[in-house]
Amino acid sequence: MVETLSADRPPARIDDEARRTQPRVRTGVHFMLGDHACAEGALAAGLDFFAGYPITPSTEIAEHLATRMPEVGASFVQMEDELASMAAIIGASAAGARSLTATSGPGFSLMMENVGLAAMMEVPCVVANVQRASPSTGLPTMVGQSDILQARWGSHGDYGIIAYCPASPQECFDLTVEAFNAADRYRVPVFILMDEIVGHMTERVIIPEASEIPHVPRKKPDFSPGAKRFLGYAADDDLVPPIAHAGEGYKVHMTGLTHDEKGYPAMSPDTHHQLVNRLVDKIRLNASAIERYEEFELDDAEVVVVSFGCTARSARRAVREARAAGIKCGLLRLITVWPFPEGRIRRLVEAGKVQRFVVPEINLGQLRREVERLTNLPVRRLNHAGGSMPKPDEILELIRS
Amino acid sequence: MSAIDITLKTAANEHPIDHLLRADRLPHILCPGCGIGTVIHGYAHAIAASGIPEDNHVCVSGIGCSGRAAGYVNVDSYHSTHGRALPFALGIAVHRPELKVTVISGDGDLSAIGGNHLIHAARRNVDLTVICINNFNYGMTGGQVGPTTPIGARGTTAPEGAVEAPFNLPYLAKATGAVFVARWTILHVREFQDAVLRAMQKKGFCFIEVLAPCPTSFGKSNKIGDGLHEVEIYRERCRIENGAANIEDFDIDLVDETKPIVVGNFVDIERKIFQAHKR
Repeated sequence: MVETLSADRPPARIDDEARRTQPRVRTGVHFMLGDHACAEGALAAGLDFFAGYPITPSTEIAEHLATRMPEVGASFVQMEDELASMAAIIGASAAGARSLTATSGPGFSLMMENVGLAAMMEVPCVVANVQRASPSTGLPTMVGQSDILQARWGSHGDYGIIAYCPASPQECFDLTVEAFNAADRYRVPVFILMDEIVGHMTERVIIPEASEIPHVPRKKPDFSPGAKRFLGYAADDDLVPPIAHAGEGYKVHMTGLTHDEKGYPAMSPDTHHQLVNRLVDKIRLNASAIERYEEFELDDAEVVVVSFGCTARSARRAVREARAAGIKCGLLRLITVWPFPEGRIRRLVEAGKVQRFVVPEINLGQLRREVERLTNLPVRRLNHAGGSMPKPDEILELIRS
Repeated sequence: MSAIDITLKTAANEHPIDHLLRADRLPHILCPGCGIGTVIHGYAHAIAASGIPEDNHVCVSGIGCSGRAAGYVNVDSYHSTHGRALPFALGIAVHRPELKVTVISGDGDLSAIGGNHLIHAARRNVDLTVICINNFNYGMTGGQVGPTTPIGARGTTAPEGAVEAPFNLPYLAKATGAVFVARWTILHVREFQDAVLRAMQKKGFCFIEVLAPCPTSFGKSNKIGDGLHEVEIYRERCRIENGAANIEDFDIDLVDETKPIVVGNFVDIERKIFQAHKR
């Protein structure tokens, strides 16, 4: 028998209808993949535009957003490569969008060209890099933490940068929200340096009410277009200039060339020196407001483990076991690796209790260099080139030695 | 009297497109005889004639002499990285579809380092107007050959003459999905301007190649003495074939003086324009 359609029984496409009514902020308690939590964090932060290229182990971010963004009226674009992805999110942000791309090592390398453009043009944007074992194609499906220094120095020239390292799916959500706020606050590209283990880990994620999601707006011109000349690169005391977007009438000009306060190319060493110093200083001098770290059992610690991302999970267990064995040991877990919390490490050293540091990481010593340059105390290392995570026992052994 | 003083005289003396140029950026960096100024002139006139509010026009460029075009037009303008003007422009066009985004860049920027983005922007049919200034070489870096340099033409990286087959850019744009494709030269001031206007008023990926002299770099290696000399070549050899279907035959050969340079509005079709996956 053929079913007939009637007014009281419309040809409802229930799936589509239900999807359309999905909220932007999925308030509630979830059992969620790290990559998906990053995507949900971006949506909660007001993501307007995503451009990306598939790459393991970040692909779930793009796949999740390809479903979720149309539900909330935001734009998802799969680009032809990572060069284009990075350029597109800068363009969209210059037109006012909160924009995101997601990638992993090889794609992160390709994005470095336009990371420099975003830094120089001071266009806020967020890049999630789910780190895998590198260099080159490396171990695409296995964990790495070896993009730490690339995140800081990857594009040519000097500039300031912010990078968050989530250690759990919950932090993938929370820190993605924070990344968008920091990007807009400081007009800077911001990285979420995830790793394959955190990205592919499923844990409880609590998403708060939409009204409880912190939102830091961009600093805008304080006059109407045409009233006077808008200076998009005249910074206030915090070294962050206001931004106007395409189509708002301020006739902005943005360039990757060295530029003056109007944004016009200015080919002079003095202008260049001043501009590049400001790009570095706006992060350096605001570092105490940006830096995030977690302290665990640090007060009387004689051995301090410095760790981040998935490795910090093993480190916490090792510290707990060391404490149970009577060793005065603590953990400094870096939530921002950039800016690197130099001040906190200096204070630990100056307090005189610490006898040595232990730095486990899934690379051959990138973060250890940062610790070593701040202290003459011994810095013990535990390194694996990638594909495997340091085990608590291995870290404990180093704490004991 | 400085250049700025000259341009900012009384309103009575103002040229119709003065307000569309960033007069405070003059004098410009372009060489005598360069064709880029004529292209900017045509773009500015098309903006004025477009009926689209000037605040809704956006100009994006890449790197190189042609890439400097965005810096001289008084609309929201972005001078992006080498080759990346199209994806940068896509970001703007997708996020703010009501804006009319025009990409002005060079042949090397758009078809060599940015070649991948060109074919994919055309394939997607992103709503962009692209003005590709083709001067057959990399001018800003001093006259190296590129993917549009005709076989036999010389450049600093091909002192004996280019040996690689060049792109026929209108054919490439048509084959990859552009809905409007034209080729003009800076001699064809009015036709070029009308083509830009047509592209601005059309939805979808519109590609206009405009041939322009580069006497300083391309000319010096190829016995084309000055800008006027190259414009004379256009006058003698250009043949207008609007609507021609066989644009695959319209390669440009500057060495063989018997071959015509075919110009015209070649493609003007309708195709579904790109939209991000919105419901």
